[in-house]
Amino acid sequence: MSAQPALMEEIGSAAGRELNTQGLHADARRESLRLLALLSPSLLLVFAIIIVPIGWLFWLSLFDEAGGFSAANYARFFEQASYIKTFITTFKVAFIVTGACVLLGYPLAYMLSQLPRRAASICLIFVILPFWTSVLVRTYAWLVILQRKGLINSWLIDLGIISQPLSLANNFSGVVIGMTHILLPFLVLPLYASMKTIDTDCLRAGMNLGAGPTATFRQIFFPLSLPGLASGVVIVFVLCLGFFVTPALMGGGKVIMWAMRMEQTTSLYSNWGAGAALGVVLLVVTLALLGLFQWLLGARATGVWSSR
Amino acid sequence: MSIAPSALPIGMRGIEKRFGSVPVLRDLNLDVEAGEFLTLLGPSGSGKTTLLMILAGFVRANAGSIRVGGDEIITTPPHKRNIGMVFQNYALFPHMNVFHNIAFPLKQRGVAAAETAERVEKALDLVKLQGLGERRVDQLSGGQRQRVALARAIVFEPRIVLMDEPLSALDKGLREHMQIELRALHRRLGMTTVYVTHDQREAITMSDRIAVMNAGRIEQLDKPETLYARPQTRFVAGFIGESNFIPVECRNGSVWYEDRRIHTAAPVPAAGQHLMVVRPEKLRLLADAEPTSGVNVLEAKVSDIIYQGDSFVCYAALRDGRQLTLRDYCRSDVLAKMPAPGQPVSFGLDAQDTILVAAD
Repeated sequence: MSAQPALMEEIGSAAGRELNTQGLHADARRESLRLLALLSPSLLLVFAIIIVPIGWLFWLSLFDEAGGFSAANYARFFEQASYIKTFITTFKVAFIVTGACVLLGYPLAYMLSQLPRRAASICLIFVILPFWTSVLVRTYAWLVILQRKGLINSWLIDLGIISQPLSLANNFSGVVIGMTHILLPFLVLPLYASMKTIDTDCLRAGMNLGAGPTATFRQIFFPLSLPGLASGVVIVFVLCLGFFVTPALMGGGKVIMWAMRMEQTTSLYSNWGAGAALGVVLLVVTLALLGLFQWLLGARATGVWSSR
Repeated sequence: MSIAPSALPIGMRGIEKRFGSVPVLRDLNLDVEAGEFLTLLGPSGSGKTTLLMILAGFVRANAGSIRVGGDEIITTPPHKRNIGMVFQNYALFPHMNVFHNIAFPLKQRGVAAAETAERVEKALDLVKLQGLGERRVDQLSGGQRQRVALARAIVFEPRIVLMDEPLSALDKGLREHMQIELRALHRRLGMTTVYVTHDQREAITMSDRIAVMNAGRIEQLDKPETLYARPQTRFVAGFIGESNFIPVECRNGSVWYEDRRIHTAAPVPAAGQHLMVVRPEKLRLLADAEPTSGVNVLEAKVSDIIYQGDSFVCYAALRDGRQLTLRDYCRSDVLAKMPAPGQPVSFGLDAQDTILVAAD
């Protein structure tokens, strides 16, 4: 390569390394500004519909009924047993419903992931189908099925299996059955998606290396399906904590969950401050749980999570 | 770790496999000798991977028998076959580190922890990955993953090792390096190995014998040298090495190309149409005064010359328009008589390099 002496001189006089530095720097800055400009509509939207209302909620929760600035709304949680009871009920329902969804959803997702493509997509439609019907309609349908003179009780009595109707609706079990049904797809869909990404060759390798079907499932398939299971569990659990319609209709007034308490406080007693405090507590507890969950997974993140 | 004494032969008889109504393997018979490195070579869709899957037990054949050292295994479930396998995409377990991946087959066999550690260490040594046991699989390069997969497949001292295009994901340099390493490892451990590839160079470099597969059948099973020098079908001649085919006719016990008699060292086949297989490196440029007794002379016109540094390729057309390719190294004596495009040339082909296959 023979560079022209004149050109070499010119580059040399610009002190080599500093050639065009200012221009390039300005160019990089212009680019970041342009990106920021493109982002601004969504940033504004997030600010207007998330940050502002939550800030407002928090602000509201700091005023008592008389309009005075106080922490009375939060103190109430510790003073009144009914709040603590509601809190415990909410978490009990959330745990049981999430557990039921896992027990029902894992085998279902596993079956779907093993079916041939065509059969799997037909079955998936049946999983998604309930999404096309409103939660209200589905909850009333469960009432029809589960109530004292409903389908299940009349069949069981007609068959002579029981003499007295079982109390399936308007109580705790009614709430759990209804919520499990409505939330099941939220567990099955992410779980199915993650099971589909498990490499069949990994399972084949497991068997080839001497692990029988059960051992291959336990040592390879199940650990690899955990990320999907975890996201499904988080979604279902968080949705449970704020669930309103189904517990309100299926609980028969006996099962009071957090969201129902909020509704009572604001619409029945018009105590916006207390309602806002309930909302803030639910939000904080949910975020804390998500954080805990993330941390727990992070501790064992070495393989499963980072390899995806 | 010595596997040689327990290496076992494999005998496959009458293997048939159809996917729906599409036949993939047709009445396939193949014997693999104990300790042999046998390669199944063929284009995609020739059935080589299906045959390997049947051997491993992942795919069920429609008919046939597989005997390993006398025991029928065609209905044995894969986890009881005791056959090691290296998968094309390695199929390492992403949720386990290198140590646990390699220890997996030992764990299934109930090997004690201390012995497991020792054997994993030895296997890591063997594939030159000393000290990488604690690494996560996603922290490894392609070549290292390949070695882990290999270590995992041999750590439990299987009687047979299967490899499904294990080097196809590596770049060229590393691939060639691993070919030599795999070969050396096989020599050292002596396990019966069935290797699948579509890369003829790889097959020739590594194998004791090669089974060339086409459309669900074995076209030819031979040593690499024999396969290259004496292909028995047009498919084999075309698939292994470069070839030009020239139609010839056999009559009255001799071979004719147009009105010229072709000399061949091989016995003259039955009367009828045949193909002469011409390898580019077997052709040479003839000088005008060169004696040509016992040499087949092909007159052609140069259409192009491609310079490739160490060698050159000369494309020429015969009188009937058929393409001939000559490849030679750039030695000064060859370069001195290098023709120019458009110039007539005479190519010489020795009788012992003249291969005939049936026209199909």
